[in-house]
Amino acid sequence: MTMRSLKGKRPIPGTIIFDGSQAIRGYQLNKMCYSFNKAENRDAFLKDEDGYCDKYGLNDDQRAAVKERDVLKLLGLGGNIYYLAKLTGIFGLNMQDIGAQQAGVSLEEFKAKLLAAGET
Amino acid sequence: MARLIGGVGSSHVPAIGNAIERNLQSDPYWQPFFKGYEPVWNWMEEKKPDVAILVYNDHGLNFFLDAMPTFAIGAAAEYQNADEGWGLKPLDPFQGDPEFSWHLIDSLVHDEFDITMCQEMKVDHGFTVPMSLMWPRQQGRDRVKVIPLCVNVVQYPFPTARRCLKLGEAVGRAVASYEADLDVVILGTGGLSHQLDGQRAGHTNREFDTEFLDRLKDDPEWLLKYSNYELAEKVGPQGVEMIMWLIMRGALGNDIRELSRNYHIPISNTAAGVILFENEAV
Repeated sequence: MTMRSLKGKRPIPGTIIFDGSQAIRGYQLNKMCYSFNKAENRDAFLKDEDGYCDKYGLNDDQRAAVKERDVLKLLGLGGNIYYLAKLTGIFGLNMQDIGAQQAGVSLEEFKAKLLAAGET
Repeated sequence: MARLIGGVGSSHVPAIGNAIERNLQSDPYWQPFFKGYEPVWNWMEEKKPDVAILVYNDHGLNFFLDAMPTFAIGAAAEYQNADEGWGLKPLDPFQGDPEFSWHLIDSLVHDEFDITMCQEMKVDHGFTVPMSLMWPRQQGRDRVKVIPLCVNVVQYPFPTARRCLKLGEAVGRAVASYEADLDVVILGTGGLSHQLDGQRAGHTNREFDTEFLDRLKDDPEWLLKYSNYELAEKVGPQGVEMIMWLIMRGALGNDIRELSRNYHIPISNTAAGVILFENEAV
């Protein structure tokens, strides 16, 4: 179900465009993450992660990726990064933490690469 | 008549909100970023605009993916900030100008722009961080009334860069036709290059950002040659937010002067930019 405007485009390395297909795939997951704007929902998730995922109808792959806190997997399963940030925020992970996780480097290496980009 | 006296382009990274909350402006990591705002603070202090039209995107506080407007304008008397889920402390509410909002909406719709009208609208860091950057003190933020103009740059397809530039031109016409003695500024926020998702997270593009800033005053159409997909490749999927700067630029017309500019990598994962234009036509 590729949109006409995206047909035949060469893939951008290391990048998933959050298009209609991804939005469909990740709807329940993103909806759960949207609920984490409220502190009481974050608490409810922490108390009973499985029950909370049930409530939002996540599929098995999404539930497993939530358990693993695996942002790349969650992106592939339709998660949108702004919504996933609300999930990872529960575990105290910020954008740089999850940036490093996705890039497959340590946080120090990730930060150093960004600082180096500022020096060129 | 209302006068559009100037415009600012600015990044809106949430980490900036944290830095302000913790008073880190002089910290070595932050100082090269915040010093770029000094000319903006001085200009705002001197000009004391009555209203700010703030172009930004919501990141999942007010709008969920169930219904995603391409362009939404607030028409509320007050806009609340709220918990976004990862710890940024909510700021005090911002005062709106519903009468002006409705004029803007009316003018834009009759200028062929299909606007989602919002009488209630929570504003997230995309809005609050630029407000804190333009007016660091609460007193300054309390003085200026705001009109949020929210753009979808979250769920593909986004509006095209061309559409954003044209919307800006229509905003300029709308301000000029408002019968009130008001000084107005427009803020285009987001960008510049950054990528938050995927293995390429942390991607920035100084060369592209620099050309964008160099051309913004006299040749904003330069950006239109790139589709949003091509832009995502150049500046990262979130870097595409720079199309919102074109709304600001389009509103200002061509009789403008660049008063200041700053560019700094990195702020968190982002190449941060700020540019200040003054309208010489008013």
